[in-house]
Amino acid sequence: MSSIAGQKSALTWAVHISVVLLVGLWVFPTLGLFVSSFRTADQIGSSGWWRAMFPTEQNLTLRTAAPDTQVQIDGLYVIEGNLFGTEGNKSTAISAWGTSSRDISAYQPDEQAALRKGGQITVQADGSYRLESDAEISGKRGPRVFVTAVVPPEFTLKNYETILISGGATDNMAKAFFNTLTVTIPATIIPILIAAFAAYALAWMEFPGRALLIAAIVGLLVVPLQLALIPLLKVHNEIGIGKGYLGAWMAHTGFGLPLAIYLLRNYMVGIPRDIIENARVDGATDFQIFTRIVLPLSFPALASFAIFQFLWTWNDLLVALVFLIDSTGETTVMTKQIVEMLGTRGGNWEILATSAFVSISVPLIVFFAMQKYLVRGLLAGSVK
Amino acid sequence: MHPALQGILTIAFGVGGCVGYFYISNIILDHLIFPARGKHIARNIRRANIIRPWLFLLPAMLALGLYLAYPVVETLRLSLTERLPGGGSAFVGLDNYQQMLGEDKFWEALKNNFLWLLVVPAGSTAFGLLAAQLTDRIAWGNVAKSLIFMPMAISFVGAAVIWKLVYDARPPGAEQIGVLNAIYVYFGGSEAQQWLTIPFWNSIFLMIVLIWIQTGFAMVILSAALRGVPEETIEAAIVDGANPFQIFFRIKMPQIMGTIVVVWTTITIVVLKVFDIVFAMTNGQWETQVLANYMFDKLFRANDWGVGSASAMVIMLLVSPILIWNVRNARREMR
Repeated sequence: MSSIAGQKSALTWAVHISVVLLVGLWVFPTLGLFVSSFRTADQIGSSGWWRAMFPTEQNLTLRTAAPDTQVQIDGLYVIEGNLFGTEGNKSTAISAWGTSSRDISAYQPDEQAALRKGGQITVQADGSYRLESDAEISGKRGPRVFVTAVVPPEFTLKNYETILISGGATDNMAKAFFNTLTVTIPATIIPILIAAFAAYALAWMEFPGRALLIAAIVGLLVVPLQLALIPLLKVHNEIGIGKGYLGAWMAHTGFGLPLAIYLLRNYMVGIPRDIIENARVDGATDFQIFTRIVLPLSFPALASFAIFQFLWTWNDLLVALVFLIDSTGETTVMTKQIVEMLGTRGGNWEILATSAFVSISVPLIVFFAMQKYLVRGLLAGSVK
Repeated sequence: MHPALQGILTIAFGVGGCVGYFYISNIILDHLIFPARGKHIARNIRRANIIRPWLFLLPAMLALGLYLAYPVVETLRLSLTERLPGGGSAFVGLDNYQQMLGEDKFWEALKNNFLWLLVVPAGSTAFGLLAAQLTDRIAWGNVAKSLIFMPMAISFVGAAVIWKLVYDARPPGAEQIGVLNAIYVYFGGSEAQQWLTIPFWNSIFLMIVLIWIQTGFAMVILSAALRGVPEETIEAAIVDGANPFQIFFRIKMPQIMGTIVVVWTTITIVVLKVFDIVFAMTNGQWETQVLANYMFDKLFRANDWGVGSASAMVIMLLVSPILIWNVRNARREMR
């Protein structure tokens, strides 16, 4: 294509632009989640995340300082300060303000407004105010001031603090994070070993019925795991492990095995026959050939499967729902907790986005670090 | 016991158990049952070698049998029986299937599943092919591929949250924070739409999530296939004056047809099992039900194992043509 004279540059540009568009389309949704997880609830609710980089106009509800800070100046009771805190916020500009929730932009900056409880208040564009009253100002908290202000972009780590450390029972993901980890690691390691031995037998040992077994494994690759839910739950209940980690580990092992055996066998078949024949001639047993030669040589395939199984068990919802999480919810995993949040906290995007991002960050790290093996495994694993 | 400790113990026990089993069973076979010494040495070694493959296969076969083969049979049995109050079950023939066929929700799920089967594999394969063809031609193609491939690592639940934010709707007058509604309102839409509650289109919006996830997979496989197309055929076409589109559709596509079929069927299987996305985003409301979620509803909400198993068998039935086709291909390749 690129070698056609004359058309090259125009076509190349078209390709570049198309790829940029395509990549943009694919990254945009995830980026939205990522950006939202660093914004406060007010920011998320008042402007689209794609405008997070720019100043936005927001409606804020602020309070003056508490009445016990009032001072007497020339017979007037006065509270002075800045609505945005003691420091003030130099880059914030108030465009309108009000003292009643019914009319939040009744006044311009520098105008004076009468308060319902008595006294007058003046608010400047930078947020500084002066509240004066003839009588002593009473009450625990200062009166509310509603401002419409252009707020500069601001990012916060507070959401992550809530999700990982300080949040209440439904918001705190720390426990679910460790539960997920507890499910994932054994469920990744154990099937590899079992599958590796079986794959070696299917690849390098002669016995009757081998072709049939391989065909059966190819068939089991596509059996929907939905079929296994009730029968296995019954089995688990009968043998007394019920719902819990053990059941989840075993289920993940069973469901992961066909792909593991298939991938590893395909890879092991490709090991040069000479190597194995030579070892046999030298008197190595099958067990030695397997542990000393085949296993180390199969590292790329082992890594591929490990990544698949890790991603699959980490991201799984169905197996956890059926085999792991009992009525106490002590063993809940992140996917389940996020689904619950989607139901109960549908509008709290700062919580949702942050917890979803915590849950997908680990697979994303694994993905970018080990992409090479993942691609290799995919190429070997799609049934040709 | 602390779960983490339990996990570490399980790893140690599982790994140790596996290694121990293989090691010790081999020793028993070689030294106790058929020792490679004495007067029957040749016969003993031969016999040990006949048995050894089965030692290697035993744990895997047990696990596969219990976790995948047995459930197929058991689900079939359950779909023909009914649980009796107080335990036990009774054979009811095809009653469960009849009951299921009489439910509107089932037909809705089946109809939606077929829609998913048409749209998602086609969409993912088409975008995958486009991405593969385009990224192979440019210097930063690998970076682009990585980014398009990335959703592969994201869980269906995570994707559900990501796309719910895209589809989010705010009341009229308020600033739209969902991209789709922001665009819709910007281009003159009257007011924000609750996209996930509009029948038919909401199914499409759910499918977009799966297409978004699966395109990377299609792209990786198809890109490898495109690289495998022999240069000579393309050069010959250029010499004959073919334009880039002709080269792609007439020269390359036919040569990678086999791979396209593989990608298509693999995604078809994913689609048939799709559960998490629907469960997390709409839970089958507003006419978005699919078979896997219907089944989950029946099994764990209605507690009706008979109908639940019957619908699982329907999924199995839909998968089986692909299963048979795969097995036949695998057997042909081994010959």
